[in-house]
Order: sequence, then structure tokens, then C-alpha cells
Amino acid sequence: MKQFFIEPLPKCDVSNLSGKLIVLEGSDGSGRTTQISRVKAWLESKGYAVVNCELARSQLVGPELEIARQGNILGPTTLSLFYATDFMDQFENVIIPALRAGFIVLADRYFYTLMARDLVRGADPNWVQNIYGVTLIPDLVFYLNVSPRRLIERRWQKAAAMDYWESGMDMGISRDWAISFLTYQQLLRKEFLNLQKQYGFAVINGNKSVATITHDIVSQIEPLLTTPA
Amino acid sequence: MDVKNKRHFPGVLIAVEGLDGSGKSTQLYLVKRWLEINGYHVYLTEWNSSDMVRQAIKRGKKKNLLTPTTFSLVHAVDFSDRYHRQIQPLLKTGFIALADRYIFTAFARDAVRGCSPAWLRNLYSFAIVPDITFYFKLPSGAAIERILSNRPKIKYYEAGMDLNLHPEVYDSFRIYQTRIGAEYDRMSAEFGFTEIDATQPIEVQQETIRKIITNRIDLSSFKNGVVL
Repeated sequence: MKQFFIEPLPKCDVSNLSGKLIVLEGSDGSGRTTQISRVKAWLESKGYAVVNCELARSQLVGPELEIARQGNILGPTTLSLFYATDFMDQFENVIIPALRAGFIVLADRYFYTLMARDLVRGADPNWVQNIYGVTLIPDLVFYLNVSPRRLIERRWQKAAAMDYWESGMDMGISRDWAISFLTYQQLLRKEFLNLQKQYGFAVINGNKSVATITHDIVSQIEPLLTTPA
Repeated sequence: MDVKNKRHFPGVLIAVEGLDGSGKSTQLYLVKRWLEINGYHVYLTEWNSSDMVRQAIKRGKKKNLLTPTTFSLVHAVDFSDRYHRQIQPLLKTGFIALADRYIFTAFARDAVRGCSPAWLRNLYSFAIVPDITFYFKLPSGAAIERILSNRPKIKYYEAGMDLNLHPEVYDSFRIYQTRIGAEYDRMSAEFGFTEIDATQPIEVQQETIRKIITNRIDLSSFKNGVVL
């Protein structure tokens, strides 16, 4: 049976969650989205039904969160709680029902990303852990580990200009966007490697070829599919 | 994890808590007037929902999205914004802040909806515990009658209609308010509330409150505003 990290989610029955929860973590530009769609295709080819979810897409506060991101008027604690609201809405209204219906939930990031962002901004680790303590421990978590050098290159391939939040400009590391980006991404990577030790992510070398990475991921998913929920 | 004790801010925070209809807003208004007329620098902060929360709650209700956890989180976002941009700066710059409802309102409401007390106390642990929290204690029957006589139309969440306690709004309201009252009673010892008998005449309560404030807070340092 599925387990919660710290305490049960109020008003939620977990006895019949027969699906699997698989999470892919990694920075923007780590190839995460590409891998999600490749793994999804692989699962579907094997006859498994897949539900995707990603951060900041909740019905409840998705639109307000986008406005907050544009305006940059919220403090770090408030923004962190805003993301938590968004995450929990999707957790309760997308992830849980899908698991109950026997789907494989392929999550394009989980709260670990939110946690890493909070921690590099100086949040109290206990505070963050306890907020997300009411979520399910995933069946598998992959972390795509990619060097900041490569990330910035992929960033240029994807978009012409740098993103305020992705560059950690709110942290006041440097007024120079490039320096801020590199420093911020290094801090996040370090934080993720700490979280990896704590939560036991499967680290995937994201510097390899797309096909090799997919192979590395699915070879770890395969044994999970035959184990009962 | 407990809500942290008072950090050393030069300002003072006084909060009022209690059931709807317990008369706490009237009492806080009178405290504000008393302090203002005597030349103290005092500001009021209310547990009002911002547009963001109103939008989200409206959408959540329409699409049946809200759960105890997200209901709680949406309000925590709102409170955090108010806390970090209004309450904490007031305290850090040495003013008197009067709070009409504070984190205990969330603790009571959200616990009744099923969130665990430990989870809630952690969620709001960024906020300091007030110097004085006045709890306006009223037999819940009396509070209910006050509300029912003043406001014929009771709002959905005020009646706890989302909890499916009773199909009738007034009956649901009675059950819900009784449960909230029980939560307040439980918190009174935990957080050291100063209890005020809300069945007393308004001016009698106010006299008691003013005495308590005078005894517990050195008001003389707030006459000139900023003491940084």
C-alpha cells in the first residue's frame, strides 16, 4: 500500500490506489520533457494508461500563480505557499484520482523542485518537509543530472532570452543575468544532490544521448510494473 | 512543530479571536480609538480575503476542487502576504498592530475541516504569537443568536456547508460554530489566550481589556512611533 511521507492526507482513502507514481526531476533544459514523452510512449506501447502532470498547472490557482510570477510582488514565503497550494490541488485532484483508477502517473517534477527552490532561498527544511508531509511517497523518482554548462546551452536552443525566475534573479546573487543563472543553477544542483541522499532518487546521467537516457529510465520502470500496488 | 515564540521585535501585536458574533471587532475598534485618542501609533489588520483568494475559492467551489488541505493553503498564502508585507514590518519598525483574527482562526477552521493540528502549526510557524490574544468567549448558542438576528443570510463557508453537517444552512451553522468554539477552547491553554466574557456589556469588557493592555504593555514607548 502507498505511504505518506509524514502524515495522512485529510479525507483521503489510500487503500485502493492501484496505479503507480513515477516522477522525473531535473532543471529546465535537462531534457525532462523529452524523456517524459518518450517514456509515456513506451508505457502506452506496453498497454499502460498514463496521466501526466506538471507544476503550476492547477485549476485552483494556476492563473493567479502566473500573474504572481509576472508581477514579482510576493515574498519568498508567500510564493512558496502559493506553489504548495498549486501542487496540492493537482496532487488531490489529478494524481490521487488517477492512481485510484489504476493509471500510471508520470509527473513532470514533484514537490522536490519546489523544495529545492525554497531551500536555496533559505527556507527552514522542517517547515517545507512538514507542509509536503501529507503527500505520497512516489514509487520511483528519477533525477536527470546535467551540468550547468549544458543547461545554459539548451536554454539558448529553446528560447532567445533568459527567464527571470530560472536565473534566480529574485535572490540578488548578481545583477548580471548570466552570472546569476550559473550560480543559481549550481546551488539548485547541489540542493538536489542533498535531496537525492535524503529521498533516494535514481540519478540519471543527463549528459548522455536521448535514447540512452530513455533506456536507463525504462529499464528501472520495468520491474516496478510487475510488482503489485 | 510549534509556532515559534515571540521574536524580539520592537513593536507590539494584539490579536482578537472568537466566534462570529462574539463582538470582537467592536472591542478591537474601541481599543484602536482609545490608543489613537491618547496619541499612540496604532494600525489595524484584518483577516480579509484578497481578490486572489476570492477568485480561487470561487473557482474551487464552482468546480468542486477545494479540499481541507487546499482550502487551508489558499488562506495561508493570503495571510503570509499580509504578514510579510504589513504585520511584520509594522512590528519591526516599532508600531502597535491590532489584528482582527489571526492564525488561530485558521487553526480552528481548518482543524474542523480535518487538517491535523501539527500540520497547521507548522504551516503558520513563520508568524509570531501575539503579545496578547484576547479570546471572546461566548456560549455558542448566544453567538449563533447574535449572528442570526443581525445577518439573515449566512455565507456558505461560514455555515460550514462544505462539511455536509446538515442540509439546512442554520442547522449547519449551529453545528459548525459549536465545533469551532471547541477548537478555540482547546487552544486557549495551548497559546495562553486572555479570555474575555463576551456576555458582559460592551463597556465593561472594554474596561477590562484596557486594564490588561495597560498592565502588560509598556505603552509609553509607542507614543512617538518608530523606535528603531
